[in-house]
Amino acid sequence: MSFWLIQSLNSLALGGVLFTLAAGFSLIFGLMRIANLSHGAYFMLGAYVGLSVVEAGYSFFLAMLASIITIGLLGVIVERVILRRLAGNSLSQVLATLGIAFVIADCSLWFWGGDPRPVSAPSFLAGGVEMLGLTFPIYRIAVVVCSMVVALGLWALLEKTKLGVMIRASVDDRQMAQGIGVPATRLFSIVFCLGAALAGLGGIVAAPILSVYPGLDADMLPLALVVVILGGLGSLAGAFIGSFLIGFIYSFGQVLFPDLAYIILFLPMLIILAVRPRGLFGKITA
Amino acid sequence: MNRLFSALILLLLIALPAISGGSYYTNLASQILIAAIFAMSLNLLVGYAGLTSLGHAGYLGLAAYISSWLMVKWGWSHTSSAALAIVSTTAIAGIFGLIALRATGISFLMITLAFGQILWGLAYRWASVTGGDNGISGLTRPSPFGIDLGEANNFYYFTLMVFILVWVVIAIFIHSPFGATIRGTKDQPRRMSALGFNVWFIRWITFTACGFFGSIGGILYVYYHQFISPHSLSLANSAEMLLMVIAGGAGTLAGPVIGAALVLLLKNVASQYIDHWVTLLGLVFILIVMFIPGGIVAGLERIKNSLSSSK
Repeated sequence: MSFWLIQSLNSLALGGVLFTLAAGFSLIFGLMRIANLSHGAYFMLGAYVGLSVVEAGYSFFLAMLASIITIGLLGVIVERVILRRLAGNSLSQVLATLGIAFVIADCSLWFWGGDPRPVSAPSFLAGGVEMLGLTFPIYRIAVVVCSMVVALGLWALLEKTKLGVMIRASVDDRQMAQGIGVPATRLFSIVFCLGAALAGLGGIVAAPILSVYPGLDADMLPLALVVVILGGLGSLAGAFIGSFLIGFIYSFGQVLFPDLAYIILFLPMLIILAVRPRGLFGKITA
Repeated sequence: MNRLFSALILLLLIALPAISGGSYYTNLASQILIAAIFAMSLNLLVGYAGLTSLGHAGYLGLAAYISSWLMVKWGWSHTSSAALAIVSTTAIAGIFGLIALRATGISFLMITLAFGQILWGLAYRWASVTGGDNGISGLTRPSPFGIDLGEANNFYYFTLMVFILVWVVIAIFIHSPFGATIRGTKDQPRRMSALGFNVWFIRWITFTACGFFGSIGGILYVYYHQFISPHSLSLANSAEMLLMVIAGGAGTLAGPVIGAALVLLLKNVASQYIDHWVTLLGLVFILIVMFIPGGIVAGLERIKNSLSSSK
């Protein structure tokens, strides 16, 4: 019983982290019709930036802020300088993001070294809470709460603001939206920046659980791909459900079948693809 | 002119060990030929069928791991282990194709990337079979008809023969009526469908052929290195193969070969000066995509055309 409860909390925490990563990926795909293959690298870089801020003696919240701003800015630069020049050619854009991912990953290895680096959780979130005679780590609960806040914020942004209306309109029918005056290029910058910033936030929030290491980007990117293929591209609800589904499958898989966890992870994706290629909630087929 | 040029290149390739002056360059040439086989096979899918795959290193891994496992763990002979590795890799490619071809475009790319990562994950985590991070070593090179392929020049000629064979078969495949239908499904899938062609089936055959030729490269790769580890299946390796195709020129016969030579030469030269080959790979990738998206072969032809038209 205790095994199931503790593992469930771990699954929820991983699901929350995955959601922060995959929500941006899915939005970018929905709007720009590109798979941002540098998303895993943004996640890792966010964790590394946060690590440096924490190690310099500043608080964890400042680290979160630093990651969000740095990676968000990086996203704007990438979108303005590289992706915009390739507008209209989504394959070239995807390949360019892959190149960017390699540059970020290799430069991080250069700068932060090859050893895994632990990041300590803020002190008031360390330790655990007693419930039902079990100790649950507070930090993981905080991660779940944090991801819920992100989810609520994104939902409010998309459903309750004018910007959100424009994004949704562009996801549904880009040409029509542009035709009635939605400024598509500005939306691209905003959404790419937002997605990158979220990935950076996910990285630093996950760092006390996963720690930071070279290859974290390549570990996270396939997870994001699976989540969005499962949930459906361009759908926030899909990213939400998909993230927690994959969180549970991966966490339990790793404990129950450590050798094959990675394969079990991809099974739901294959089944969904075979039965419903556009994903559970997807509207777009690319 | 063109025939003369090909004959010259062929002569140069045959004479290469004699003029290269040392096994370092002969070995580099073998590596380029092996990489060229991967690039040519990937080009079937990327260049001719218009389906960009990011999981091609998976076939390298499948063929290499299966053949090493059969030889090292079960003591099979070179011929039978290579044959079974090629057959099973092709069969697995066929099964992957059933799923991956549910999609096209970016989704296809993401699914092939996921496949590549599944195989990487298997090689890395399923340590009881694959040896995990340590990989499988202890493999020997074959010695057909008593010729020892452990020797650099002999191995080079063996690789060259396989390379020419693959080149000829792919050229015949591409110039056959079936090859024309493949290009048709790339440019006009709906019209092809309306004309009564089974677009899905044509793509599936191409996907499987891509895996078949890739597995031949995988066998040569594992013979060359006599070692296979998860590192060879990494996403960076798949991306490197794709870079060879795109840099050289997707959809041309010679393009991927030129791309393979360029990427490997760059890698060898660069690694003498800097430790960070991957950064350079990323930068080259971005620059090529931004400035010569058609690849070097197409770029040269454009220059040639503009020169002849200005006369």
